[in-house]
Amino acid sequence: MVTNITSLGRSGLSDWLIQRVSAVILALYTLFIVAYLLFNPGLDYATWSGLFAQTWMRVFSLLAFVSLAAHAWIGLWTVTTDYLKSTSTRVGAQIAIILAIFVFLIWGIQVLWGA
Amino acid sequence: MSMLQVSIYRYNPETDSAPYMQEYRVDTQGRDLMVLNVLEMLKAEDTTLAYRRSCREGVCGSDGMNMNGKNGLACVTSLSQVVKNNKLVLRPLPGLPVVRDLAVDMGLFYKQYGRIQPYLQNDEPTPAIERLQSPEERDKLDGLYECILCACCSTACPSFWWNPERFVGPAGLLQAYRFLADSRDTATQERLSELEDPFSVFRCRGIMNCVAVCPKGLNPTRAIGKIRDMLLADAT
Repeated sequence: MVTNITSLGRSGLSDWLIQRVSAVILALYTLFIVAYLLFNPGLDYATWSGLFAQTWMRVFSLLAFVSLAAHAWIGLWTVTTDYLKSTSTRVGAQIAIILAIFVFLIWGIQVLWGA
Repeated sequence: MSMLQVSIYRYNPETDSAPYMQEYRVDTQGRDLMVLNVLEMLKAEDTTLAYRRSCREGVCGSDGMNMNGKNGLACVTSLSQVVKNNKLVLRPLPGLPVVRDLAVDMGLFYKQYGRIQPYLQNDEPTPAIERLQSPEERDKLDGLYECILCACCSTACPSFWWNPERFVGPAGLLQAYRFLADSRDTATQERLSELEDPFSVFRCRGIMNCVAVCPKGLNPTRAIGKIRDMLLADAT
């Protein structure tokens, strides 16, 4: 068996399932946001802020952020294992990607609950 | 316009510092020959030209090569199927090390085939007669057992090009499913546990190059999907 320590789920099956579930969540979130913007022309700050003040929207948004983080980790990890053949370059890129994803996720949480 | 222009990848590692394309002209007399016939005509004139061939009827799988950009068996591919603008470009199967001219080193391909343990495993007591299958059980092997291991599919697969040491490749996975689907094989769990990592099966991105090039009309992508279904059913 081929092992790997920097993939998200440490298993191809788990990564594969996470990738598909997160894709569905991201698609639903994107559809919702696009539809909301279409149905609210001339959107002002109070309405937009009011939407994100509701708990369900914060949960939905955080779910989308977590999905995006997992989706990006799995996707970019795959790209690095395809194209970066030098171990130091590959591990360096993977660490940079994982750190960036972590920072963006925490930042996203702060934005969601900080307003 | 019966003189066909043929461009062939040439490389002899003992004398050439780098591969090069050699141009030939072949008089087909207007006949729709197989690509292998053209190679044999050239070989009669230029005996240094190296390629593999054996049965010349699409059974042995020796003469897999890249013809005008698409992998296939030279013996069962007619000029009318591949030649465009009277030009034929022949290259070795992509992604494998070249031994000489159109002959590639199939070592990695066979290593991946070996990894899936391509033989029936059964730990039950040996019966006095054959291990019988119902017609329905036997039907599940159709579309799987016909593979001749020509490597046209695996060498058309970018996932195999980038990770030939870790991704089993379409040919190996078709055979992996051939034994997973066999009612007489009892090593299903062991076979599945060898395949759940991020590379062996899951590096398949489903682009179906394998299906497009298989000279036997088989569908490795479908077999890979069935393996994923079995892994998912087993682990959830």
